Amino acid sequence: MGKSDSDSDQKDTSLRRRDFMKLAGLGGVVLVSGLGVRSYAADDYGAPRIGAMGKKATETAQEFYFVQLSDTHWGFEGPAVNPDAQGTLEKAVAAVNGLEDQPDFVVFTGDLTHTTDDDKEREERMKRFQDIASRLKVKTVRYLAGEHDASLDEGAAFQKFFGKLHYTFDHKGVHFIVLDNVSDPSAIVGDAQLVWLKADLKKLRHDAPIVVLTHRPLFDLAPDWDWATRDGSKVVDALMPYANVTVFYGHIHQENHHMTGHIAHHSAKGLMFALPAPMSVAKKAPIPWDAAAPYKGLGFRDIEADVKKAEYEITELPVVKA
Amino acid sequence: MNMNRKRLLQLLGATAVVTLIFGVRVRSGAAAAEQVIHLTAKKFEYSPSEITVKKGQPVVIEIVSLDRKHGFTIPDLKVRSDVKPGGKNIVRFTPDKTGTFNFHCDLFCGSGHEGMAGTLVVVE
Ligand SMILES: [Cu+2]
Ligand SMILES: [Fe+2]
Repeated sequence: MGKSDSDSDQKDTSLRRRDFMKLAGLGGVVLVSGLGVRSYAADDYGAPRIGAMGKKATETAQEFYFVQLSDTHWGFEGPAVNPDAQGTLEKAVAAVNGLEDQPDFVVFTGDLTHTTDDDKEREERMKRFQDIASRLKVKTVRYLAGEHDASLDEGAAFQKFFGKLHYTFDHKGVHFIVLDNVSDPSAIVGDAQLVWLKADLKKLRHDAPIVVLTHRPLFDLAPDWDWATRDGSKVVDALMPYANVTVFYGHIHQENHHMTGHIAHHSAKGLMFALPAPMSVAKKAPIPWDAAAPYKGLGFRDIEADVKKAEYEITELPVVKA
Repeated sequence: MNMNRKRLLQLLGATAVVTLIFGVRVRSGAAAAEQVIHLTAKKFEYSPSEITVKKGQPVVIEIVSLDRKHGFTIPDLKVRSDVKPGGKNIVRFTPDKTGTFNFHCDLFCGSGHEGMAGTLVVVE
């Protein structure tokens, strides 16, 4: 049961990064797996380490991490909600650049821009967003559309700037599937994409580690608030035969953890304004800016993948350190 | 005497008629009058934005769009329709519970889309 050098190296790097984040006093940690969700306060930081690293040294489980940013809504104006609308994205980019160990890649899960009825202005916003995002040190950046980016022109401008609306990529043994539930203004994935998804899944082993990235929730979180995908259950049904599926999404501008059977769904915070908990108020509206706690409710996340176990440790990070 | 008998028959007859109508209504909802509601949709509102209907009585909502394609959905009652411009878009349902239910546009229509909503009140 000898431990190879590369194993300990890998472990050391991982520990260093986590210790750094612990020292920096950054948020709570959520360890997720096919079995469910366990949350840890920042104080229990050591706990998920054991779970995520595995007990057996012979397990040469590959680990990597990526960063999820969401709902940057570039172009939004509303001083009562975010007086730093022009600066929040830049600060988030700087925060990601400041991470001691850089992630393998960064993903933006939609609503890169705030909607506008003017096609020209939409492209202006995308261009500006792209300029700022290009300052990320990490060179692999994946983009998803949100309904604000793509619902008025069926994704035409988005595709011009950021490429395909739905696609797959593989990273160190994890199969990532990017699903588009926004370019059809009816908030559907649509039959054509479902056929494409099923054909893609067919090529995979039933225990393959799969991560689905999408903008809207694929389950009925709050249909009254438009927090759903009309044909999302068809997607979930198609994913059901696969043992290791985790979904990361945006749209609701807050953290939410939900299980549909063995499939975990994790929404991310936004980077322009926070929204109230599902159905907690009569009318969905952005949460006003709190001068005593600027950027409260905004943030991004670090997702550490343990490929072999198909487990993902999520660390929520603030726009600016407290 | 005669008068009294006549009146009695009249009364009995009236009762019989009432029973008949009541019986039909109980046996099939078809005889109950439809509640027809006219609604307009435009960026970014419905008019009227509050509708009141009766429980157990069929509802027909005729929606006309004044500008572009919208949607209309009452998630709690599992009711939805596209609202296309250039004609009436008809939604039919029979509310089976009382309460206040939200309806909203579920077809992204622009900058005010998220506020395009209203309420349906179902009374006894
Ligand atoms: Cu609308
Ligand atoms: Fe959003």
